Amino acid sequence: MRYRIPLAVFIIMVVLLGYGLSLDPKKVPSPLIGKPAPEFSLARLGNPQQRFAQEDLLGQVWVLNVWASWCVSCRAEHEFITRLSEQNLVAVIGLNYKDDPVEARQWLEQFGNPYTISVMDRDGRVGIDWGVYGVPETFIIGKDGLIKYKHIGPVTQESLNNEVIPVLHKLIG
Amino acid sequence: MRGLIFCLIFLAGSAHAVIEAYEFKSAQMEASYLKLIDELRCLVCQNQNLSGSNADLARDLRRQTYEMLMQGNSPDQVVQFMVDRYGDFVLYRPRLKSSTLLLWLGPFVLLVLVLAFVIRRMYRMQKLVPPNADALQRARQLLSDSQE
Repeated sequence: MRYRIPLAVFIIMVVLLGYGLSLDPKKVPSPLIGKPAPEFSLARLGNPQQRFAQEDLLGQVWVLNVWASWCVSCRAEHEFITRLSEQNLVAVIGLNYKDDPVEARQWLEQFGNPYTISVMDRDGRVGIDWGVYGVPETFIIGKDGLIKYKHIGPVTQESLNNEVIPVLHKLIG
Repeated sequence: MRGLIFCLIFLAGSAHAVIEAYEFKSAQMEASYLKLIDELRCLVCQNQNLSGSNADLARDLRRQTYEMLMQGNSPDQVVQFMVDRYGDFVLYRPRLKSSTLLLWLGPFVLLVLVLAFVIRRMYRMQKLVPPNADALQRARQLLSDSQE
């Protein structure tokens, strides 16, 4: 077996490359997990005179869902965000990201509004503070005001049942 | 021909998608800005830096970079701001730390290993066992036979 070493090297490379293929390059680990939720105070969608700040929910577990009417996958996850809010576990805050308020309101009227409150981040600055790069994104914030969980991309039935809801139950205690 | 290739490479490198015209306080600040948007990754398109991307997020992050520099932040502070929010992935040039040690040193370790392997091989080939006296005698015989 004079080819033993090259063969071993080849097999190791195949295994490593195969493992690499199974990873999703779109899933960038967020450095914000375990960090305090970035502060914001934004005008509410549909009621711009009122502002909502994340301190208003300090001491509670809550969900921040980043959405926009121009975002196609937000439409796909809408059903599951609705299911989440129907369970009445926690406040589900919508961060309406870089959207037109008129179109955003129409979107909610057309498909139904699952959000306790939606706030407008028209220029995307709060989005930057939260490290948002692919709408939709979903964060879970604990009673201590720390970010406990982040889901990038549309929430599905599977991720709702296996991740989001169990995490919420654990945090509510 | 070589000149042409250099030209093409240069052109490709300067094909920026940047459209905003920002005014800077100094040429040095502008240089820092251009360097930063070259080294920061656009997270939407992933294989483009901020300067090469037309994505909405890239535009916002360029604005963020510009504003932070104008407010007197150093380039390092801008980089830290991005890393705090988007993680190390936002950097095209990964930082040297324990989790990236393999990435930085791996190629050199491999190079040393391959060199060691090749040198050992060459050394072995030089030390091939000399033919014994009988075989040498026969070879000489054959050579002289064929010359006649």
